[in-house]
Amino acid sequence: MEAVTENLDLYWSGFLRSLSLIGWSLLGSLALGTVIAGFRVSPIASLRAFGTGWVTIFRNCPLTIVLFFMAFGLPEIGINTSFYVFGITGLVLYTSAFVCEAIRSGINSVDTGQAEAARAIGLTFTQTMSQVVLPQAFRSAVPPLGSVQIAMFKNSAVVGAFGIGGDLYSVGRNLTSAQGLAFIPVLTGVAIGYLIITLSAGALLAVIERKVAIAR
Amino acid sequence: MSAQSVLYDVPGPRARRRARIGTILALLAFAFLAFVAIRRLADQGQFDADLWGPWLNPSTDEFGQVWSLVGRGALATLIAAALAIALSMVLGVLLGVGRMMLGSVGRVPLIGFIELFRGLPVVITIVIVWRATIELGINLDPLPGEPVLWYLVIGLALYNSVIIAEILRAGVASLPSGQGEAARAVGMTEGQVMRTVLLPQAFRIMLPALISQLVVILKDTSLAAVIGLGYLELLRRGAQIYQILDNPIQSLFMIGLMFILINYALSRLATYTEKRLSQAGDDPTAAEAVVPAT
Repeated sequence: MEAVTENLDLYWSGFLRSLSLIGWSLLGSLALGTVIAGFRVSPIASLRAFGTGWVTIFRNCPLTIVLFFMAFGLPEIGINTSFYVFGITGLVLYTSAFVCEAIRSGINSVDTGQAEAARAIGLTFTQTMSQVVLPQAFRSAVPPLGSVQIAMFKNSAVVGAFGIGGDLYSVGRNLTSAQGLAFIPVLTGVAIGYLIITLSAGALLAVIERKVAIAR
Repeated sequence: MSAQSVLYDVPGPRARRRARIGTILALLAFAFLAFVAIRRLADQGQFDADLWGPWLNPSTDEFGQVWSLVGRGALATLIAAALAIALSMVLGVLLGVGRMMLGSVGRVPLIGFIELFRGLPVVITIVIVWRATIELGINLDPLPGEPVLWYLVIGLALYNSVIIAEILRAGVASLPSGQGEAARAVGMTEGQVMRTVLLPQAFRIMLPALISQLVVILKDTSLAAVIGLGYLELLRRGAQIYQILDNPIQSLFMIGLMFILINYALSRLATYTEKRLSQAGDDPTAAEAVVPAT
């Protein structure tokens, strides 16, 4: 295990780089996914169609192809940026489809009677949304949103494998290919790094779920 | 929308007019965006016949070669996915049943196994299987096919068996407790209860979730192309094609389209199965497990 203990600083910087990748993708996918979910439930037919198309494409296309398209397709039409930005963008596009569906399932879980009752006692549209529908929708969207985001944390390793450089996956690759260290101990270190992220995120999600849980 | 939305009241004439105006405005906006994108693609010559021809025009020289490579790649993807789903089913049922039937001490290693492979990114699992097999000198030659196929299949199966074990457990947990109680009351052993009463019902409830898991596995076979595993599945074949023809946009578009069509059909099948099963009066709670989060 010296391979891990002697290179702890490398692992640490890779861990931080992976976390920054995850953090940006988390913010981006939540924002974009919410917008697409807004499209999908909008009364405007063409926005709904756009949302449906978006979800169909990005939910059924492998993340790897999205990333290939970013890294090898976009430069062909003169869009060049770092792999780091390509990686985050690809992860955000892909995850946004799953975020959209999680939010939409949350909205759909609210009974129509809730909104009807709110309108019946004279609440305005804004009040109905902010006081009655969305708080309930948010609560039931939390568990699926959480598992979508944990899946994204794991998918960040795919972006790492693609070669953004400096993240946990790349640290493992450098230690084995450039320094010629044995794979098993080095990869164990990488695996532990990802497990720290996903298992603690899972525990955090369980706490949040307990806090927002509602009995229906 | 035919079903009434929780968000909006049934629209009256004014709301319908507003929605129509909004629809037209949004269409104009999308048309503008599409125009900008197409203009950009056209400016860069991305609609040129020599880039699309090998894919779409049977009279070009490369057409036959391109589609024969694609056919071999698609076959390789399907083989890997089929082996992975079969192996994960077997492993997943063993893990799930073991976790449910072993005592509180006996199941500890199984829970550890499940948590480990559920928490690891599947791409890391595949790399570990690949490298560890070689480093430990494990001989995969007795298995049919190339070793690279089995690195991919075993890696995918380790991850997905854990997911299937959890789906199975959720399926059994969603059954009414009277099912197991009645079976025990007529004198069945724990094994018989599981095998003849609980599992058959759980499988039926789980069927949509299992089909959805197949979508995940199909998508994940393409990870082989990212980690540089020499398994020539569909995406890797696509990469070979565009490296020769120098048309990444067109080739990735076509490969992506194939994945989307297959996976979309499978997702529809999952939704259809789910509807059929819920019509048959099954417990609707099992439907929650349907959408996998990857």
